[in-house]
Amino acid sequence: MNDIVDPRSLDRPNSYIGRSVPRPNIRKLVEGAARYVDDVILPRMLHAAFVRSPHPHARIVRIDVSAALSIPGVVKAFTGADLAPHCEPWVAVLAHLKGMKSAPQRPLPLDVATWAGEAIVAVVAETRALAEDAAARVVVDYEPLPAVTDMETALDPATPVIHADLGDNLVFERTNESGDVEAAFRTAHKVVSATFHTGRHTGVTLEPRSILADFNRATGQLVVHHSTQAPHMIRDVLARHLRLPEADVRVICGDVGGSYGIKVHVYPDEMAVAVIAKLMGRPVKFIADRLESFSSDIHARDHRIEGRLAVDAAGRILAFDIDDLTGIGPYSVYPRTSAVEGNQVVNLIGGPYDFAHYRARTTVVLQNKTPTCQYRAVGHPIATAVTEGLVDLAAEALGMDPLDFRLKNLMADGSYPRTSPAGMKFEGLSHVESLEALRKMIDYPALRADQVAARARGIHRGIGFASFIELTNPSPFMYGIGGARISAQDGCTVRIDPDGTVLAATGVTEQGQGTEAIIAQIVAEAVGVPMSSVRVVTGDTLATPYGGGTWACRGAGIGGEAALRAGRATKEAALVVAGSMLQAAPDTLDIVMGNIVDRAGGAVRMPLSELGRIVYFRGDTLPAELPRELMQTRHFITTQFPFAFTNGIQASWLEVDIDTGMVNLLKHWCVEDCGRVINPMLVDEQVRGGVVQGIGGALYEHCVYSPDGHLLMGSMADYLTPMAAEMPDIEVGHVETPTRESALGAKGAGEAGTAGAPAAIMNAINDALRPLGARVFAQPFTPARILAALGRIPTETA
Amino acid sequence: MSTSVDVTLSVNGERVARRVEARRHLVDFLRLDLGLTGTHTGCEHGVCGACTVRVDGVIVRGCLVLAASLDGATVETIEGLTESGEIADLQTAFVERNAAQCGFCTPAMLLTAADLLSAAARDGAVPSREAIREHIAGNYCRCTGYHAIVDAIETVATARAGKGRS
Repeated sequence: MNDIVDPRSLDRPNSYIGRSVPRPNIRKLVEGAARYVDDVILPRMLHAAFVRSPHPHARIVRIDVSAALSIPGVVKAFTGADLAPHCEPWVAVLAHLKGMKSAPQRPLPLDVATWAGEAIVAVVAETRALAEDAAARVVVDYEPLPAVTDMETALDPATPVIHADLGDNLVFERTNESGDVEAAFRTAHKVVSATFHTGRHTGVTLEPRSILADFNRATGQLVVHHSTQAPHMIRDVLARHLRLPEADVRVICGDVGGSYGIKVHVYPDEMAVAVIAKLMGRPVKFIADRLESFSSDIHARDHRIEGRLAVDAAGRILAFDIDDLTGIGPYSVYPRTSAVEGNQVVNLIGGPYDFAHYRARTTVVLQNKTPTCQYRAVGHPIATAVTEGLVDLAAEALGMDPLDFRLKNLMADGSYPRTSPAGMKFEGLSHVESLEALRKMIDYPALRADQVAARARGIHRGIGFASFIELTNPSPFMYGIGGARISAQDGCTVRIDPDGTVLAATGVTEQGQGTEAIIAQIVAEAVGVPMSSVRVVTGDTLATPYGGGTWACRGAGIGGEAALRAGRATKEAALVVAGSMLQAAPDTLDIVMGNIVDRAGGAVRMPLSELGRIVYFRGDTLPAELPRELMQTRHFITTQFPFAFTNGIQASWLEVDIDTGMVNLLKHWCVEDCGRVINPMLVDEQVRGGVVQGIGGALYEHCVYSPDGHLLMGSMADYLTPMAAEMPDIEVGHVETPTRESALGAKGAGEAGTAGAPAAIMNAINDALRPLGARVFAQPFTPARILAALGRIPTETA
Repeated sequence: MSTSVDVTLSVNGERVARRVEARRHLVDFLRLDLGLTGTHTGCEHGVCGACTVRVDGVIVRGCLVLAASLDGATVETIEGLTESGEIADLQTAFVERNAAQCGFCTPAMLLTAADLLSAAARDGAVPSREAIREHIAGNYCRCTGYHAIVDAIETVATARAGKGRS
């Protein structure tokens, strides 16, 4: 009964694993009947608005809230000093990131504002509009301080130190080294190098960060409606920092309007709302507006990377040598920390390739800008852009075709398990098969012929490739071993109800990926009922097994396996009862489409609803000692590999207008290997959405700061996101190398698109520009930067 | 601070009369005064399109329209279009094609798509994928990458054109 899932079972009834079925919970979305946090209205609810620092760095001299409080309907105002006694400060470090340091952070700062947009004062009123009116009347006197803005000089002795207690602005540094890099470069046939920049950008969830906290003084319970990816983690944080027993905190996560990593962090303004609700004993709601989102949602990917690659005369990669520098804002973000992105960069560079010598250093520094932290594909888009940019330069230096050069250097498909020079353990990958599948999909010779023909007409088209790896199904090696109370384990409870329908409560969460759909597919197949008989419960810490939630592509691989095991256990338990009722050995019976049937022959013996009726209402008719456990919980955690790596390859086909610098995307392809595919349609849509998010970072999205630390964009009119008209159709293909750590075999699929797209876009642009002698390595690849690379405008205007 | 205005209008076929603050925009009016939470606020400065609703038959950004200006107007939202069945085929196509992920942009995306489909029906043409992309270019979707949305709209446009001919 506990066999590896076999997708060939698709021809059997109630076999859903591997099938493209629509999500059962999507109908409410298309009818406007979903329930996001802002749709929840509670009696006596108040609304919070924040006064935010206009300065990147300033001492808070005086706060006067009297004018704000004089407005009718305005109830109270809170400063950092008001909230500090009621909330333990937090310091976001991880013990396994050796030497990492950060400063204590509070819901609202006590003395010093450290970024433009930091919440300084909270005002609560009967409506959001009144709260905003009041916030505008709060007077804060600041004494501006010199701001640390340039990460390149953040560690210079002349640069001010943001947190004096830390001694300097260094958060973390690490060099990941193996082999003899110096010797490899000395003896290399060719060395290529480039300096890469990834633009600081952010998630722009369409539903802004949202929280509604409700404290009941009589029961001592804090109930928090929260737009989050990790309800149990948030519950743990609220309990510890607000000094409540964990059992008295309930986090309810209804529908979530986009997250992508943005909503897996602890935000000081949201902590302030919870503290205020506890102090006032009534519900307080905070929904960030768009400007607040841009200035206080985490940013990501503010990196400068110097990279070198050495190859031998046969075209084999010898070594990578990387120096990464990243600025993370004034605080490491709790509890995942802001050093993980840089750490991922030095773990993932060179990931797809077979070579021996590796050195990658990351330096993580503080700045007076919005804090950065984990955002979809954490570090992968950076590592992949650097790796694949250097790989293309090497192919060019050798006069080799970029696909041929990759084929020569990719890890061979039969060579696993193995460990990369960066120390990553790979269970089984399919780089070569994926590349060959992509080559067929794109009709490579035809594209190259089209490129030549277009060139003759003065049209500059390019094709760019990006092989990549993606880290999924994380074990406690990601956060837990560093002391973070972030669960790598997840669980699922499956219950057969009297009418034969099935409830599945899971610790993983739904933010639109299709979590509830795949859990329903897995449970339906495992128990043996039609999918329409399964209801899935997610996102309520009172109703679901303890688990980590959905992030780092763990929902399907970890949550899915727990659901499979719980479903199988429930079926086994049901068959024990059925065997007793039918005077048959349980292993001669099965459950198919909601009926107890003979395993041999398939004759229907009775519906599951009859079993439910007997167990719940006529238990007296069953033998006294017979177990009747129609509800089973199972948990799953990976133990053999720290991460289940996936792999794939992307290709971008585009046109560069050399007069305007505009990039016109013609087509995009991705071949992905995420192990067992549970729902091909949902996986394809994860890949497509991820690709477009990657394209956003590559071409448009940029949190631009003035040299003195002011955020120069604050609306969606000046922060450009990918819109439908500019996006290409995206073709997705699959190779399946299931993980053997689980019976389900699934790895994660949500971040692969974002991991590879920027590199593919960059390489395609540079392929188009190659005959013109121009190259770009600084994202986003704006028209100005492309024109500057072409020498058509001065570099400083780009 | 702010004066109030009496308005009477039709919302999803029901006559509603309310006193509204002059500064209240249509989305807040729908969500807070009428409890119609299917319309969403995404940016409140007219760019993301999440608040798209129909006023007097024309799609508008609800965040850029003041409720006080709507005396006598006819407003239709996702709730109304669902109730009337006008876009049932489009909603089913979105479900079957998984053209929604988090769903926050979806109601507005459907209203914008419905607008294109009725224009196409008037012209008797099936819009190209480029024309579909162009028409929904004012509705931000962070989840899907748009491909599935374009597929779903194209499917309905083709099906409706087929029905029109038969």
